[in-house]
Amino acid sequence: MHAQGYHDHGTPAPAGETSAGKVTLEIDGVSVTVPAGTSIMRAAAIAGGDIPTLCATDTLKAFGSCRVCLVEIEGRKGFPASCTTEVAAGMKVRTASESVQKLRRNVLELYVSEHPMGSCPGSSRCELESLAAAHGIGESRFAGAATSREFATPKPVDVSNPYFRFDNDLCIVCSRCVRACEDTQGTFALTIEGRGLESRVSASQQQPFLESECVSCGACVEACPTGALLEKSVITAGLPQKAIPTTCAYCGVGCSLVAEVTDGAVTRMVPNRAGRANQGHACVKGRFAYGYATHADRVTRPMIRKRITDEWREVSWEEAFAYAASEFKRIQAAHGKDSIGGITSSRCTNEETFLVQKLVRAAFGTNNVDTCARVCHSPTGYGLKHTLGESAGTQEFVSVQHADVIVVIGASPTEAHPVFASQMKRRLRAGARLIVIDPRAIALVKSPHIEADYHLRLLPGTNVAVINAMAHVVVTEGLTQEQYIADRCEAASYEKWKKFVADPANSPEAMQQITGVPAELIRGAARLYAQGPNSAIYYGLGVTEHSQGTTMVMGIANLAMATGNLGREGVGVSPLRGQNNVQGSCDMGSFPHEFSGYRHVSDDATRALFESMWKVQLGSEPGLRIPNMFEAALDGSFRGLYIQGEDFAQSDPNTAHVTAALSAMECIVIQDIFHNETAKFAHVFLPGSSFLEKDGTFTNAERRISRVRKVMEPLAGLADWEVTMRLSNALGYPMSYGHPSQIMDEIAALTPTFTGVNYEKLDRLGSIQWPCNDQAPQGTPTMHVGSFVRGKGKFYVTAYVPTNERTSSRYPLLLTTGRVLTQYNVGAQTRRTANLAWHSEDRLELHPHDAEARGIEHGDWVGVTSRAGDTVLRVEITERVAPGVVYTTFHFPESGANLITTENSDWATNCPEYKVTAVQVVKVAQPAAWQMRRQAKQPSTMG
Amino acid sequence: MHIERLVAMANDIAAFFDSEPDKAVAAEGVRFHITRFWDPRMRREIVAHLQSGGAGLCETAKSAVAQLTNSPNQSK
Repeated sequence: MHAQGYHDHGTPAPAGETSAGKVTLEIDGVSVTVPAGTSIMRAAAIAGGDIPTLCATDTLKAFGSCRVCLVEIEGRKGFPASCTTEVAAGMKVRTASESVQKLRRNVLELYVSEHPMGSCPGSSRCELESLAAAHGIGESRFAGAATSREFATPKPVDVSNPYFRFDNDLCIVCSRCVRACEDTQGTFALTIEGRGLESRVSASQQQPFLESECVSCGACVEACPTGALLEKSVITAGLPQKAIPTTCAYCGVGCSLVAEVTDGAVTRMVPNRAGRANQGHACVKGRFAYGYATHADRVTRPMIRKRITDEWREVSWEEAFAYAASEFKRIQAAHGKDSIGGITSSRCTNEETFLVQKLVRAAFGTNNVDTCARVCHSPTGYGLKHTLGESAGTQEFVSVQHADVIVVIGASPTEAHPVFASQMKRRLRAGARLIVIDPRAIALVKSPHIEADYHLRLLPGTNVAVINAMAHVVVTEGLTQEQYIADRCEAASYEKWKKFVADPANSPEAMQQITGVPAELIRGAARLYAQGPNSAIYYGLGVTEHSQGTTMVMGIANLAMATGNLGREGVGVSPLRGQNNVQGSCDMGSFPHEFSGYRHVSDDATRALFESMWKVQLGSEPGLRIPNMFEAALDGSFRGLYIQGEDFAQSDPNTAHVTAALSAMECIVIQDIFHNETAKFAHVFLPGSSFLEKDGTFTNAERRISRVRKVMEPLAGLADWEVTMRLSNALGYPMSYGHPSQIMDEIAALTPTFTGVNYEKLDRLGSIQWPCNDQAPQGTPTMHVGSFVRGKGKFYVTAYVPTNERTSSRYPLLLTTGRVLTQYNVGAQTRRTANLAWHSEDRLELHPHDAEARGIEHGDWVGVTSRAGDTVLRVEITERVAPGVVYTTFHFPESGANLITTENSDWATNCPEYKVTAVQVVKVAQPAAWQMRRQAKQPSTMG
Repeated sequence: MHIERLVAMANDIAAFFDSEPDKAVAAEGVRFHITRFWDPRMRREIVAHLQSGGAGLCETAKSAVAQLTNSPNQSK
């Protein structure tokens, strides 16, 4: 069932729809002009006269199986299916003639014989029952016949999936679900098994949905025309009262969703088919895992305590603000204005993020503001700004449909960016070539109908060696685009870089001892990338979270410039951002050295602009970054911190170091929707609001600004932006916004790349990719067209510098970390949903050879020790990891994954080196004592 | 702050710029980076550390720290 109020056009628009090639025809006496290649069904829908159908929907290619949509065409024999018949000039179509209607009624009656009227829950808006009723069919003449489905083998209702159920008795075998799984999601988990009356939709090998390959994206549920596949929440809650478009708060894809609401509560989340980022698709998190917003664990009352050993005391908002403000003022009076700071959140809106950094700079009077992007994509900002001129990805997601060669580096899109992964897989199935550069055999390396041409299975920590070796091949084999470079890049920097990478020391042969990748694979991959002709690089945290994260980003940009793969559709360098608003939080001036729009605090003109608007003198010195704050806390020069929506104690590396720093502070004010690990060290707790409880905007990985709209009132009474505003007022720096749109107006007034952004335009256009200003009033889907933002592109010499983190006899394995599809980041949201059904604990992946050498079997508890600390995890033995490499996720605090990661960080940005930690793994009898104590205290987190 | 951490950070920055054959240019790259991205207290501490011998600092980092000023927008 698609979103309430959605007008389904039956079949997709033809590919490459343009104003050229229009065709005019007549449908039921009405003239309509549509692009050539349009189906009659779609043309009729455009003309306002929908043709009945059961097997067609406009997200799927026409199938032509149900025969309900047949029509008459003047001058042609028979009754063709309108979904599979293209329009032609001068064609005259009759969609409801007497003979058509007679045939259609017969067909519908046959369906009704297997699906009696009234079978489906009313809330399913069963298309068959609606059509039958519209055609005057109450019951079928064929019911009870020997051919009827009632003589087929009965199947129980499959309720295994926590979010939807499958009732085979209500299925009309139209294959919409099967095709959605194939075409929309690209998983191929569903099929029609059996013949004749025994035909059934089957998940994998006739397994329950939960146990099958199904990834629970929900595309099949949305495609189902009856109540066979139906959300359990819809069965319970009934039809929604209203539908509100908003933006997903999970990963950086930033899916546009429609929240269907009944009695103030969300009953269903449906992807917005007009959403440019997600193209009408969603994943198990965005579509289903919104229940955390109303989970019983939500903190809804402000709390304070003098010491972190005291019990929390619930207080009024006024008392909480007054206490926090007095503590911050006390600390500053005693230790100077730079003794406190603040943290913005990549999970909050642009407006909220902007306000927090404004509060820190204007009300605190310091530049000690940073954001959780520090620990994920800060090298992206630095690397792309220096080489290309802008701290952002270069493309929009649909650009991938024009790529001939796709390179995925240090990312697992099917796990962490699943909706974009579906788009990427669609392009790969259509013939694009694939290069995967990753220590792990991610799903894209080999999955249904997809196989990577090259998998460069490098050792963790050797990205730069691989990218330099690829560049060496490109340069020494004459694969560079010299005219492109001459036109668009700094000549001197190119010559220096070219000489550097051409050095035999950077050859694949010289590097293979370091990278572990056979030279011929690197040569083949480099040639494939260089010869595209359209080659696009997509990368994730496997690039940035290294001691050479920034160097690698620069290396990627170098390679793209050298091969002319920037500045048009189908190419580019695209960071896959982890959280929903990482891009936005960086854009909004969350880093301690720069204002919104990436302008350094030392720039007098920029500072004067802000000072004029904010009526306060601003600092010209960079402030502390998050890891610097921890160091300063330990030496006593940093004592107070306002944290919006971030959980350092779980997400940041070397937990012992982080918690020691947090313990040393005198006032930590945390603003969050749940108690988290960091809150254990806090003195003031300000209840936060989920994305459903406020207005604002998020900016996704393609620079797309999308509206977040309030679906329900804030559980604690205030939206996050209101909390920051009230705290600022308590500090004596007045803020008086009446709505987030006013904050956006201020952002636009102060930020050249946002000059043309406002809520009215966002509502009108749906979304906007910045830069949006006088030069680009509708936004900028593709960056660097014609020239680079910095003027001439600059090549940087990117020498490979080995990380200090080395294996040894004591720590012989390399640990790297990642994510799984069903959980998100530190799990604060998804652990409080039924997604636990798929992933209820973090596990350590270990290669069979390493397991055998240690006497470890699948499912054993293993101790994982690094020089930073140790933890215990359950083991999964798999060849997804190479010998010598182990892997885990960090979604559960009891896993303690960051107890073992180290303080190593990127040279330019201090982004932690999560991806390389030398460890030893040994079999143990049980979890560590602290883990068992923690688990004993934790009730079920299922909501 | 732990001076060992600041020394390690300075050396990491220097390791990137050390690919520059002209050592003066490399040192300037490090100096400029530290000036643009380090909080003043960090700069003060690394300067004080150099003045007390600069133990642990590599040569490029030493040259850079020796040229540190207090203005983040100064680039030579």
